[in-house]
Amino acid sequence: MNLLEKLDAAAAARKAMLPDGVGAFGIPIEEVYSATEARIGDRRVILLGTNNYLGLTFSPECIRAAHEAIDKEGTGTTGSRMANGSYFGHRALEREFADFYQCQSAIVFTTGYQANLGTISGLVGPGDTVLIDGDSHASIYDGCILSGADIIRFKHNDPADMEKRLRRLGSRIETTLIIAEGIYSMLGDQAPLAEIVRIKNEYGGILLLDEAHSLGVLGETGQGLVEKVGLLREVDFITGTFSKSLCSIGGFCVSNHPQLDQLRYVSHPYIFTASPSPATIASTRAALELLRKGSHLRKQLWDNCTQLYARMQETGYQLGPDPGPVIAAILDTPQQALLMWKSLLEHNIYVNLILPPAAPEGKSLVRCSVNAAHTPEQIKYVGDTFAKLYSTIIS
Amino acid sequence: MSESYDEIMQLLCDRLSSMTNSSVQVTADTNLISQLSIDSIKLLNLIMEIEDTFDVSIPINALADVQTVRQLADLVQKIKSAS
Repeated sequence: MNLLEKLDAAAAARKAMLPDGVGAFGIPIEEVYSATEARIGDRRVILLGTNNYLGLTFSPECIRAAHEAIDKEGTGTTGSRMANGSYFGHRALEREFADFYQCQSAIVFTTGYQANLGTISGLVGPGDTVLIDGDSHASIYDGCILSGADIIRFKHNDPADMEKRLRRLGSRIETTLIIAEGIYSMLGDQAPLAEIVRIKNEYGGILLLDEAHSLGVLGETGQGLVEKVGLLREVDFITGTFSKSLCSIGGFCVSNHPQLDQLRYVSHPYIFTASPSPATIASTRAALELLRKGSHLRKQLWDNCTQLYARMQETGYQLGPDPGPVIAAILDTPQQALLMWKSLLEHNIYVNLILPPAAPEGKSLVRCSVNAAHTPEQIKYVGDTFAKLYSTIIS
Repeated sequence: MSESYDEIMQLLCDRLSSMTNSSVQVTADTNLISQLSIDSIKLLNLIMEIEDTFDVSIPINALADVQTVRQLADLVQKIKSAS
């Protein structure tokens, strides 16, 4: 089988699994009206499958900042952070992230994916070990593979299993990087950070926490899980993304270890790519300011999350264990999940469809992402629709 | 082959047979992907089980060259001997 025939075989396998499901992935969005509404085909839909947790994509402050940056600095930097791509804004955003996390330093990357790729591959290498949660995001797996370090998995959100595998490493713990996530993107559950920190402090190792989905969502000022559980000082490195609560694109790593700065000279995903555009940096800086002052946004978000989670739970849906902005309905089969996804779209609601092997343990998910800008009426309509579909599709 | 190698092989064959629930008789030369259709997630979970059974750490990146049950048993044996 040649290279192209292999791709044909993969495409055939995908079509065989879900003959009518191809359109669910990469669906064209024709127009975007607001943080919560868009047009798909000829339907005006409620957007319930974006990561726009604080609903800031149309905030006047972010839009104005982006406009001004384009006018002053043009559309792109056309160069690496290492060369000509570190403008005043890039460095200012790093200072602002360091200040936000009360850390010594911060590095801004071009995407959130690259933040994990660049941080992990900069921190560990061949002969070192990474101990990662089994349900880690692809950017964590890919960063580990790029590093060449030995990759050991522990069972998802199972501190006892993590402890067993860390202890087993013996003297290699000294060169082990432990990785967990604030909120896991598939089921929306939170890492047992207090237990992970206790184990790390007992056995050793360096801890990296990815706050991609928890930044802006958890903690009084939105730092993430570290703030919610009061363990900011116990985590060695924090990574995150701009493409969720900060509503642009990019990523960061913060740390109190002075060695973080050395990553700028060894991390290929940092060096060998163009830096974020001036407009991206400017809107992210504006969004970070709104996020820090955004306790009212977090309250709106959590009101919406808890209302929809409770309604779906009452209806009978099997959900992820923790209420939060990611609410995943777990369905028995890909066919059932596809039918649910299509039916929701027919009711003008867009959610994410997630099929094996992307979802954990061979499950199929219909995943909702709630945001602070959803109105109570929208949340009620979504809850009512899920209830109506439950009786026809599930029971 | 040592007895421990035979134990490893037997464990792998038993576990793979129950995991795949297929009519294929699992032997040392059975191909994990083309014959058993073991997907990556199932293989990673099997590795965790093997780690616990033999009290070893098996890096998942070492699986890149593993295609058959025998190659998997060889890998486990090599890591077990070195630990």
